[in-house]
Amino acid sequence: MTARVRALETILSEKGLIDPAAIDEIVDTYQNKIGPQNGAKVVARAWSDERFDAWLRKDATAAIASLGYTGRQGEHMRAVHNTPDTHNLVVCTLCSCYPWSVLGLPPVWYKSPPYRSRAVSDPRGVLSEFGVALDPHVNIRVWDSTAELRYLVVPMRPEGTDGLSEEALAGLVSRDAMIGTGLAGRAP
Amino acid sequence: MVVGLHEKGLFNWTEWAESLSRQLHQPGTAVDGSDYYECWVRALEDLLRERAVAADADIGELQKSWQRAAEATPHGSPIVLDNDPQRSGC
Repeated sequence: MTARVRALETILSEKGLIDPAAIDEIVDTYQNKIGPQNGAKVVARAWSDERFDAWLRKDATAAIASLGYTGRQGEHMRAVHNTPDTHNLVVCTLCSCYPWSVLGLPPVWYKSPPYRSRAVSDPRGVLSEFGVALDPHVNIRVWDSTAELRYLVVPMRPEGTDGLSEEALAGLVSRDAMIGTGLAGRAP
Repeated sequence: MVVGLHEKGLFNWTEWAESLSRQLHQPGTAVDGSDYYECWVRALEDLLRERAVAADADIGELQKSWQRAAEATPHGSPIVLDNDPQRSGC
């Protein structure tokens, strides 16, 4: 498979369709610069700043871009907020559409057929396997990502975090919490 | 490469998602997702074939060339295509 991919790279370079240096830059960006820390800053800002939160609910693409995180794919973002009555869970049943600009590269399980099918057919079971036990009265909304629209879950702000800085708050927001397979961490 | 080709305008993300999804939903795809990368590569090849950028035969020839180059390269040295003993030109 490595030789096959090298062959593709050679053909595409010779045709001028890709520039190896640009490919290296893309790989470096997604390996080292973009990751869930970006999304965590978005969530922490939403928890700390009501106006930002209102903007995020109304136009997540623009609100997130204002923090410097723009999808190079040009995809639109939508923020879905957890509440005491509703928990949000994100999946891509078609392939592995994922909010790269705020979460980086998707985890392996996000791309696996069992997650892609069971997140829809048995979301409560999937969540319990991730260690998330929700009260039976909490509704689960499952959001199916597409190439054009990606979702960011805004978890509920943990209790006892009133005095925390945005930076400290961001430290409580895990990747899984922003996919919906986790909850925000507890106050230190 | 896929991100780079998208930036060049070779396909849009909807077309990419359709191509990838077609591969992922083929019978025999691994349940644990371990062949996801292979599906990804095949999805790219499909798009390149449809757009007449690269034919299967050309990819196959170059693949063999890279394999011969790898075999001819001493351990520890970078593998470059010119190491293929059968490669002509350049």
